[in-house]
Amino acid sequence: MSTPDTAATIAAEVAAGRRRAEEVCRAALGRIAARNGELKAFLELTAEHALERAVAIDRDVVAGRPVGPLAGVPVAVKDNLCTTFGHTTCGSRILAGYVSPYSATAVERLEAAGAVIVGKTNLDEFAMGSSTENSGYFPTRNPWDPERVPGGSSGGSAAAVAAGFVPAALGSDTGGSIRQPAALCGVVGLKPTYGRVSRYGLVAYGSSLDQVGPLAGTVTDAALLLAVLSGRDPRDSTSVDQAVPDYRGALRDAPLAAVAHGLRIGVPAEYFGAGLDAETEGAVRSALRVFEQLGATLVDVTLPRTPQAIAAYYLVATAEASGNLARYDGVHYGYRTPHPADIEDLYSATRAEGFGPEVKRRIMLGTFALSAGYYDRYYNKALRVRRLIQEDFTAAFDHCDVVAGPTSPTPAFRLGERTADPLQMYLADVYTISANLAGIPAISLPCGFTRAGLPIGLQLQGPLFGETLLLQAARLYERATDWHTRRAG
Amino acid sequence: MVQVCGLDVEPIIGLEIHVQLATRTKMFCGCPLEFGARPNSRVCPVCLGLPGALPVINRQAVELGVQAALALNCSIAELTKWDRKSYYYPDLPKNYQISQYDLPLAFDGLFEFPIDDRIARIRILRAHLEEDAGKNVHDLPGCSGIDLNRAGTPLLEIVTQPDLRSADEAREFAVQLQRLVHYLGVSHADMQKGHLRFEPNINVRIHRDGQVFVTPIVEVKNLNSFRSLHGAIAYEIPRQVEEWLATGVTAATGNKRNRGWDDTREVTVPQREKEEAHDYRYFPDPDLVPLTVQAAWVAELRERQPELPLCRTERFISEYSLPPRDAHALVEDRATADLLDHAAEAGGDKVVLGKHFLSLWARFANERGTTIAGLRISPGRLAELANLVATGRINATAAAQVAEAMLANHDAPTVLAEELGLMQSRDTDRIAAWVTEALAANAAAVQDALANPKKARAARGFLTGQVMKLSGGRADPKIVGELIDRALAERAGA
Repeated sequence: MSTPDTAATIAAEVAAGRRRAEEVCRAALGRIAARNGELKAFLELTAEHALERAVAIDRDVVAGRPVGPLAGVPVAVKDNLCTTFGHTTCGSRILAGYVSPYSATAVERLEAAGAVIVGKTNLDEFAMGSSTENSGYFPTRNPWDPERVPGGSSGGSAAAVAAGFVPAALGSDTGGSIRQPAALCGVVGLKPTYGRVSRYGLVAYGSSLDQVGPLAGTVTDAALLLAVLSGRDPRDSTSVDQAVPDYRGALRDAPLAAVAHGLRIGVPAEYFGAGLDAETEGAVRSALRVFEQLGATLVDVTLPRTPQAIAAYYLVATAEASGNLARYDGVHYGYRTPHPADIEDLYSATRAEGFGPEVKRRIMLGTFALSAGYYDRYYNKALRVRRLIQEDFTAAFDHCDVVAGPTSPTPAFRLGERTADPLQMYLADVYTISANLAGIPAISLPCGFTRAGLPIGLQLQGPLFGETLLLQAARLYERATDWHTRRAG
Repeated sequence: MVQVCGLDVEPIIGLEIHVQLATRTKMFCGCPLEFGARPNSRVCPVCLGLPGALPVINRQAVELGVQAALALNCSIAELTKWDRKSYYYPDLPKNYQISQYDLPLAFDGLFEFPIDDRIARIRILRAHLEEDAGKNVHDLPGCSGIDLNRAGTPLLEIVTQPDLRSADEAREFAVQLQRLVHYLGVSHADMQKGHLRFEPNINVRIHRDGQVFVTPIVEVKNLNSFRSLHGAIAYEIPRQVEEWLATGVTAATGNKRNRGWDDTREVTVPQREKEEAHDYRYFPDPDLVPLTVQAAWVAELRERQPELPLCRTERFISEYSLPPRDAHALVEDRATADLLDHAAEAGGDKVVLGKHFLSLWARFANERGTTIAGLRISPGRLAELANLVATGRINATAAAQVAEAMLANHDAPTVLAEELGLMQSRDTDRIAAWVTEALAANAAAVQDALANPKKARAARGFLTGQVMKLSGGRADPKIVGELIDRALAERAGA
C-alpha cells in the first residue's frame, strides 16, 4: 500500500475543491472495513455521522463558505472522549450503551475545524493500561504484528493511524497513553502541556495528569491537530489562558533552519539503564547522532528522581481515579446489577460486575492511599516526589532545550505476555510517566525498527508550553529520516 | 450550670449551620437555583456528575461567602482550595461532595448577640463553601426517585466553637444568624425551604463529688427549624445525664454518635450507622485550581458591608425613639430601614418619621400588601410630611389624610395639605372670632370655667373643643388655648 495521504494534504485538497470530503471519508471507511476485523482498532464506527459531516463540508466548499484547517480529514477518537454521536464507553462494561448528551471540547474543536470523525477507538478500560488488553470488550492488535499489542491505553487510536485507516486520531495521556502506543505502532504521538488542551468531556482517570492529544502519521499533522485542540476553555478550570502559537507555521523550512544549529539535546543517564531493550537503545542512540549531524549538541543531564516516578504516579493517578470512578454505581446511568438486594448490594454488585480487574486494582490502590492514617505516608509523599520531579526537569532545562530518550523500554510485546504480572506492565511506562507528573509536553516519533520489524519510538520532552520547539526538533529529525514513511501491513 | 437529676450539669454545645447562598446559579455550573421546579429539570452534565464533566467555581458564591464571613468577624483566607469528600449516597451524583477541608474560605470569627440582658459571644471556628446534594424521593409508588435539582446548590457551612451553654442560647444564635444572612442578602434564609439547616454537637460536663465527668458528644443531624434545634438540645441534656448515670460511659470511653430528631415525638433517636467510623478520604479536587482571595477585593467587600442588624436596631431605638420590638421588626426589612435613614438624611424629623413608619405608613403598606419601601414614596416627601407635623403645621389626623393623598398622586405633602385645607390656621384674628363665637354660644361652660373650681378644667377643655370644631380642626391648638385663656381672663377682670 502506498503512503496514505496526510491530514495536511487532504485538508488542502478538500478546501480547494480538488477532492470531495465524502470520497475521502468513504475511502477511509473502506480501509477500515478491509482490516479492522483483524486489528479491532475501533469499538464503534460512526459512519453515518461521518458521511453527513463530509457531505456538509463538500456543500460548504461548493458554496464558497470558509472551511476549517481540517476540512474533510477523517479522524478517529479514543472512546474516553464524549461524543453526542455513537456511544462513549471508555472501554468499560459499566458504560456499555452509554450515550453522552454532550461532546468533549476537543471533539467540538475538531469538528468545528472540519474533521470528520469516523469512529470511537478501543482503549484499556478507563485508560488504565499499557496494552489495550484491559479493554472490557476485546484487545486491539498491532498492525505491524497482529500477535503483538499496540500499546495503550490509546492502542485503538495508534493502531488506526498505523494501519492507515485515518491520518490522525485523538488519544489521552495520563502516564504515557498517547506516546507509548505511538512508539509501539510507529506513529507520532504528542502529549501537550497540562492545561494546553481542555479536558472537558474527557472521562477522567487521573485528573491532574490527564491530557488530550493527537496521534498522527507525521509531525506536521500532529502540529495541525494540536493547533486546533489548544486553547483556554471556560468549562475546564485547569485549562490555561495562553496564546496558541502557529505550531504548523513553525515547521516551515526557515524557522526549522533557525533552530537546528545550537539545539541542545539533553540526554539523561537514567533513561539508558537496566531494563532497556538493546535494539531500542541502539535506535535511540542513532537518533541522537542524527541530531548531532543536524547541528545539535548533546548535553548530559540528570533526572535523579526518575526511579521514584512510577511509585508516585501509581499513587497520585489511582487516588484521583478512586474518586473519579466512584460515580459509576448503577444508580444514575450505565450498567446496573439486575437483582440488587439493597442499596449496598446495588453499589458493590454493579461495580464488581461492571469493572474489569485492572480498574478494580487501581480503585483499591487509590482508596487505600487516601485512607485515614495512610494519607500522609502515601498520597502526600507522592505529591512531594512529584514536586521533586518537576524540579529535576526545571534544572535539566537550564542546560538543554529538549530531553531525549526512548519512549518505551521495549518494542511491542506479545498479547498475554504481561497480563499475569501487573507490575511488569507498569514498567512499560517508566520513561513516559515523568512528563505527566511534571505537566510538561512530550512527543514520541518513529526512530527505527527492530530486526523483527517492530517500530521503535524516540521521546522528546520539553519545558512547560514548549510544544513549538518540541515539534520543531521532532520535524528536524523526521525530515532527515524516512522511518515515518514506512507503513504497517 | 443547670440541675439535672440533682447534679450540677454544664451543657457544651457547638453548632454547624448550612446556609444556602442566594446565588443566581449553582456552585459549579450554570444551572439556575429554583425551588419547586419539576424534578430533574434544573440539571446539566456538571451537576449530574456525568462522565467527563468538570466543575467551575461560581464567583458570586465566593463573594456571598466572604460577605457572611466578614459579618461574623472572620479572617478571610488568602489561599483557599477545594477538596473531595467521598461517601456513597444515591442523592450524591459523583459519590463525592466538593467541599473545603483544611483551607476553608474563612476562620476565627466571633458572633455577638444580646440575650437575657447580656451579650453572648460565640466564637466561629470556620466557614467554608460546598455543594449540596440532591434529594431522594420515597413517595413514589413501587420505587424511589432522585431529584437532582438541588444538587450543586452552593452552601456556606459555618462551624462554631462549643461556646453555647443552653438550648435557648443556641436557638437565639440561630435566629440572629438567620436574621443576619437574610439582612445581608447572602441567603434568602427561608426556613420553610430549608435554606438554613442546623447540626448541633452536644455533650455535658457533670460535676459530682468534686469530680467532672464529660459525656460523649452527640451530633444531631439535619434540623431545619429553630423549634427542632431547641427541642433536640433540650432533650439531649437530661438524656445524656441519665445515660451516664445508667452506663457510666464518658467521652474518654465512648465514641461520638449521630442522632436524629423525631419531630412528632420530640425526642432524639439513634441513627443507624455502619460499624466502622466514616472515612471521607478528603483530598484536593484536581479539577479545580486553588483560589487566591485578593486582599483588595476583601477590603472592597468590607467597605461595602452595611451596618449590621443588631447595631442598626440599637441605633433605631435611640435615634428614632422606637420601641425595641418595633425597631427590630423595622430593621428586618432592609429596604424600609434604608428608606427611614434616607428620609432622616433628607432632613426629616426623626421622632415623627419613626412614628409615621410605625403607624400610618405601616398601615398603608399593610393594606396594600407591600412593605413601606414598596409604597415607593421618596425619602424627601416622607421627610417633608414629618416636618409638617413636627412644626405644628398639620396635626396627626391631617397627616394621615395627606399621606393617603400622597399615595394617590405625586404632589408634595405641603401642596396636598393646602389643597385639602388641612393646614393649621395661625390667623389669630380668625381664631379669635371662633373663640368669641364659641364662648357666646356656651355661656354655662364659660361660667363654670370662670367660677366653678370643680368644673373649670373640663369646661375649658370643652370650649377648646368647640373652637376646634368651628375651625374644622384647622386652628392651631396652641393659639386656640392662648386666646381662650385671654378671653376668659378679660371676662373675669370685667
